[in-house]
Amino acid sequence: MRDFQFVKPSSIADAVKALSSEGAVALSGGQTLIPTMKQRLNTPDVLVSLTGIAEMTGVCRGDSGLHIGAATPHATVAAEAGAHYPALACLAAGIGDPAVRSRGTIGGSLANNDPSACYPSAVLGSGAVIVTNARQIAADDYFLGMFSTALEEGEIITEVRFPIPEKAAYVKFDQPASRFALTGVFVAKFASGVRVAITGASNDGVFRWAEAEAALSASFTPDAIEGLSLSGDDMISDLHGTGAYRAHLCKVLTKRAVLAAC
Amino acid sequence: MPKDGGIGASTKRREDVRFLTGKGRYTDDINIRGQAYAWFVRSEVAHGTLNKVDVSAAEAMPGVLKVFTAADFAGVGGIPCGWQVTDRFGKPMQEPKHPVLADGKVRHVGDPIAVVVAETLDQARDAAEAVEIDITELTPVLDMKAALQPDSPKVHEELTSNLCYDWGFVEENKAAVDEAFAKAAHVTTLELINNRLVANPMEPRVAVGDYESHSGNSTLYTTSQNPHVIRLLMGAFVLGIPESKLRVVAPDVGGGFGSKIYHYAEEAFVTFAAKTLGVPVKWTSTRSEAFISDAQGRDHVTKIQLALDGDNNFTALRTETYANMGAYLSTFAPSIPTWLHGTLMAGNYRTPLIYVNVKAVFTNTVPVDAYRGAGRPEATFQLERLVDKAARELGVDPVALRRQNFITPDQFPYQTPVAVVYDTGNYHATMDKLLEISDHAGFEARAAESKARGKLRGFGIAHYIEACGIAPSNLVGQLGARAGLYESATVRVNATGSISVFTGSHSHGQGHETSFAQVVAEMIGVDASQIEIVHGDTSNTPMGMGTYGSRSLAVGGSAIVKATNKIINKAKKIAAHLLEASEADIELKDGKFSVAGTDKSVDWTGVTLAAYVPHNYPLESMEPGLEETAFYDPSNFTYPSGAYGCEVEVDPETGKVQILAFSAADDFGNIVNPMIVEGQVQGGLAQGIGQALLENCVYDENGQLLSGSFMDYAMPRADDLPMFKVDHSCCTPCTHNPLGVKGCGEAGAIGSPPAVVNAVIDALHRAGRTDITHIDMPLTPSRVWAAMNA
Ligand SMILES: Cc1cc2nc3c(=O)[nH]c(=O)nc-3n(C[C@H](O)[C@H](O)[C@H](O)COP(=O)(O)OP(=O)(O)OC[C@H]3O[C@@H](n4cnc5c(N)ncnc54)[C@H](O)[C@@H]3O)c2cc1C
Repeated sequence: MRDFQFVKPSSIADAVKALSSEGAVALSGGQTLIPTMKQRLNTPDVLVSLTGIAEMTGVCRGDSGLHIGAATPHATVAAEAGAHYPALACLAAGIGDPAVRSRGTIGGSLANNDPSACYPSAVLGSGAVIVTNARQIAADDYFLGMFSTALEEGEIITEVRFPIPEKAAYVKFDQPASRFALTGVFVAKFASGVRVAITGASNDGVFRWAEAEAALSASFTPDAIEGLSLSGDDMISDLHGTGAYRAHLCKVLTKRAVLAAC
Repeated sequence: MPKDGGIGASTKRREDVRFLTGKGRYTDDINIRGQAYAWFVRSEVAHGTLNKVDVSAAEAMPGVLKVFTAADFAGVGGIPCGWQVTDRFGKPMQEPKHPVLADGKVRHVGDPIAVVVAETLDQARDAAEAVEIDITELTPVLDMKAALQPDSPKVHEELTSNLCYDWGFVEENKAAVDEAFAKAAHVTTLELINNRLVANPMEPRVAVGDYESHSGNSTLYTTSQNPHVIRLLMGAFVLGIPESKLRVVAPDVGGGFGSKIYHYAEEAFVTFAAKTLGVPVKWTSTRSEAFISDAQGRDHVTKIQLALDGDNNFTALRTETYANMGAYLSTFAPSIPTWLHGTLMAGNYRTPLIYVNVKAVFTNTVPVDAYRGAGRPEATFQLERLVDKAARELGVDPVALRRQNFITPDQFPYQTPVAVVYDTGNYHATMDKLLEISDHAGFEARAAESKARGKLRGFGIAHYIEACGIAPSNLVGQLGARAGLYESATVRVNATGSISVFTGSHSHGQGHETSFAQVVAEMIGVDASQIEIVHGDTSNTPMGMGTYGSRSLAVGGSAIVKATNKIINKAKKIAAHLLEASEADIELKDGKFSVAGTDKSVDWTGVTLAAYVPHNYPLESMEPGLEETAFYDPSNFTYPSGAYGCEVEVDPETGKVQILAFSAADDFGNIVNPMIVEGQVQGGLAQGIGQALLENCVYDENGQLLSGSFMDYAMPRADDLPMFKVDHSCCTPCTHNPLGVKGCGEAGAIGSPPAVVNAVIDALHRAGRTDITHIDMPLTPSRVWAAMNA
């Protein structure tokens, strides 16, 4: 790791200011950023910690659903979101290991947008809103492909607002080594219809499976998607599974998620 | 009930107190005042011509003492290989040069090219980025069969091809074996791959070199399983330092599994650099470096065939294996696919004719050497998969087919057709025990219950044999070992009766400090707390060969027994003098010497004090003091064996395999500490199951390691494993060592992979998928699913 400056502002405004300096990078839980710094793949001059900003942490029930501060660790979401949004708490409880969960944060996960991360599927599957220091971004406009998001340079996520569905479930199939999602499916049933978001599978990162959503909106049962299938052509193919295998898992896990949500 | 602290007691491991409280002293904990830090610049390409290494910019960086390249090692020997295999035609294997730093060519990703030594680690690392390397990439040699084609690029220009050796065993039997196949009523054929593994001990390798200019003494602190072997190899073959000027210390070592047996370039480097620069030099491997610089394991591609007569008796076996050596010959690499593999191909069976062919091949990958089990897991996996396949083809019960062909208890000692003589065993007993502890009889009901839940349940069995306690020096010498394989011990009884035992074995997790003390405590009858076990430092232990191949208790423990017997003999003489009795009448019991048939006695401390304060002592006929050294060279290997049973459930929708139960019935001969034995078996099972379901070392078509971190290399975790049922009540004591022990360190890793795979195949067959006869390890969900959807 190379030398760097470290600042820990206590307000969003100060954080934004600190991030405007040359070579400054936001640090949240550090579970992704620090390993890349250790390998010297990332060499920031200044780390701006976001974990000392009170307005960016915590889980609370708001008018538009469940509001989670971007710097809230996975363990807190796992412990506190359950009363309002059990599927989300369950997802957070299944991320990494206890050390990762007590440090890693929802904002860090969404900013990073790892194609195999869990949270992006919940955000897209719930149709959540990503609140930044500058604006509000709908989930459908936020994820732009592997490791790519709508965030501008220096823009920070401050909060995520989840509408609360009638029923929801996340089913994750572990990649055997990293235990990120080899494929993970988030299914949420709202009065307005069903959303299905899939992580871990596509070369373009998290995506919604429109046909499954239509079928499940008509009938929220595993059988409803029996006749559907996804192509493995644009899916991730690596030593843990081919694209065809992932495409197959998408369907199996969607059915299981529907079953778990019922 | 065994006496607490004596043989047979599950004494808690004394070393765990320091390990569990963070007080262990590992090599990385050793920091010598003024030490500098080494950072290795390693090849990022698998195969290339090294045109130029420009270190000028790096040497000008802050804190840099020197940047070393191959040129600095011009007068230094290469890394030696400790075993020479002779091929089928009587010719020695092809043995390439192995320079400390790459010279003219790089041969695998991770091959060291230059080393920066700087005042701080960060400075060394910064400067490493400034080393300019000009490499012309060459086509990498990766596939073993393609590597043997005449048009293949060569890993080593100085060799005639990429073939290290073409070994036949027993070559004289080849024609008879082929004839038996021609006459066979049934032939079962299986092609399989034994997947390459990365050992991944918890502690990565570390080496610290120190040099004293006034005495000319060098010291190497290193994460080694065998410090004396390193001193011999590095001193004699690489750096030319006599033993008297070289001390090698392997303090607490956090696991090895074979990967810390070998002499590595980094050890020679720090020792050399410390002398060159006049400062201590430290190198600590990162985990990423370990993936590309620690010797890897397994990597065999095999075709194996079994011939049976009309009554299902095994009549002959033949195998053809391609064994990956990687880019260079690691210390014991040539012996693994040959003598540690071919000699075990009889398994537990009476197969009269066996022919094993092994082609060892150089490729542009990390060198391969022994990994827990070393050759024996490869043999067992082939054989036990093959026997299972034969049973399915013949429509007979795999247990029955095994039993029918087992060597029977009355046939021991049993001469196999592959050179070794099994001294003792009872395979029917271990099989019976396995069926009992695994509740084999209840399996059908459990399978029905799984089926009701939409899952496929299967039961797999494997019966293994291994050769441990390596072994007679004269024999291994004939087989090509360039080392002896005895073990040594010095037992030093101190004046007040406490005992220091100096052993040539080395503990890196095995619990020697506890179990070796139990042996001495039992023999003398003193409390184990009075006994300390000292190991790991060439300056105070007798020359020993270290720990691997489950040899420590069988060979090292036997040396301790020998030395302790010498102590007892001398102590009896002293006691006889003190008691004014005849030596023949002296009995030792519970730490007390008494005259048979009388109430006259002297206790242990009375004798030890007399030995060191010899006022009343037969000085004219006996030296004072009570210290003895013994070397023990075994007359044979030991042959642990056992039956393993694995019960799995396959999710037909995802291909995921879950192990529901795993039972192991082992025959390790006599047991010194049952708790330690159980721990060894459990650890071995975890590694074997890891190989079967999770672990895989994969290179891409450019020779880049795809599974180069724990993000992609799947180690087994607690929740991948069931609660194990481990039993070692079956006991046929080894007939040729004084403890009757056989060794238990590798069994778990040897017997479990075929049991797991057999269980998965069983589950698929029960579900009607009899077309699936084999799936290569690791049986990941995607592979099982692909097999089901082929
Ligand atoms: C062993 C291990 C296992 C894991 N397993 C899983 C898993 O199963 N599922 C899963 O989903 N994830 C997993 N993760 C990833 C984990 O969830 C990380 O916490 C997460 O990806 C990053 O969050 P962080 O808070 O640590 O972010 P950091 O590492 O601090 O930052 C990541 C990136 O986001 C930027 N950033 C951080 N916060 C903000 C913000 N508020 N606004 C804008 N940019 C920001 C940083 O600048 C950086 O570029 C695992 C990680 C590890 C180490």
